[in-house]
Amino acid sequence: MGILEGKRILVAGVTLDTSIGFATAKVAQEQGATVLVSNFGRALGITRRIVKRLPTEPPVLDLDVTNADHLAGLAAAVRGHVDGLDGVVHSIAYGNPETILGGKFLDGPWDDVSYALHVSAYSLTSLATACLPLLGPGASIVGMTFDASVAWPGYDWMGVAKGALESCCRYLARDLGPKGIRCNLVSAGALNTLAAKAIPGFDRFEGEWGNRAPLGWDLNDLEPTARTVVALLSDFFPKTTGEIVHVDGGYHAMGA
Amino acid sequence: MASTEEIRSGLADIVNEVAGIPADDVQLDKSFTDDLDVDSLSMVEVVVAAEEKFGVKIPDDEVKNLKTVGDAVAYIENAQGS
Repeated sequence: MGILEGKRILVAGVTLDTSIGFATAKVAQEQGATVLVSNFGRALGITRRIVKRLPTEPPVLDLDVTNADHLAGLAAAVRGHVDGLDGVVHSIAYGNPETILGGKFLDGPWDDVSYALHVSAYSLTSLATACLPLLGPGASIVGMTFDASVAWPGYDWMGVAKGALESCCRYLARDLGPKGIRCNLVSAGALNTLAAKAIPGFDRFEGEWGNRAPLGWDLNDLEPTARTVVALLSDFFPKTTGEIVHVDGGYHAMGA
Repeated sequence: MASTEEIRSGLADIVNEVAGIPADDVQLDKSFTDDLDVDSLSMVEVVVAAEEKFGVKIPDDEVKNLKTVGDAVAYIENAQGS
């Protein structure tokens, strides 16, 4: 019996089978969950093809987290498949690589920065709020961050967005705690996802990760991250909220 | 295993479905970006669909080398053979 047996999980942000969201959906299904996934716009076509590679083909919802109508209709769209949710995975971020990433920090234009913050940070709150009618006590929200306590090569305004995301997580923990709903983030080490490849210069330190992490690190292995997300969705972290769990081989704890 | 022409024609159907480009335009000497206006997001979908259709794996690092339809057909042909 899996640790998500009987649970209904929405994984927002699945594009390719190299997406953290895809790996999470797979492990969640293996652990007994009924999974729904979402994506938006033109990437939806890729998602609809790629979900056929999951153990069970899940429903795919069209959800643009910056679209108020999509958010307003989300609960009804989910109810078309399941009668509520026990967990929500937020695996969504976007920053224009031409203008605000890859060394463009000092000149990043506000329009692009604000869009990045909207998609990557504010959306954790707006997604949680949109899902609230579906969530009950014991439900769990999990998002993905990349250690925002320090500056990284090339990460620039996405690093700022992750800082905002980490703060959103703490305030969601505060405001949803009384309803028995948890909110946590997983801070994964560098991974070869589509998103990471879009960041100019991000590969400068990726190779270092395995050397510095005491447990070692495989840039292509999404499973440790996915398993941790699934653990946080489960009933095995019942009093953990507002937390950031590092899944990075121990990299963050080493001075060099 | 499919012939070169079968792969080209199967790929042309995919490019048509994903990017709306007439299948007859998808010839071996055509560049995906310069001649067919297939952008990077459409290219990702073409690759995913081609993997399904031809039962091969096209690694991300390989995709940037597939400049022309002929490059892609040759890659798929090779991958099917191995």
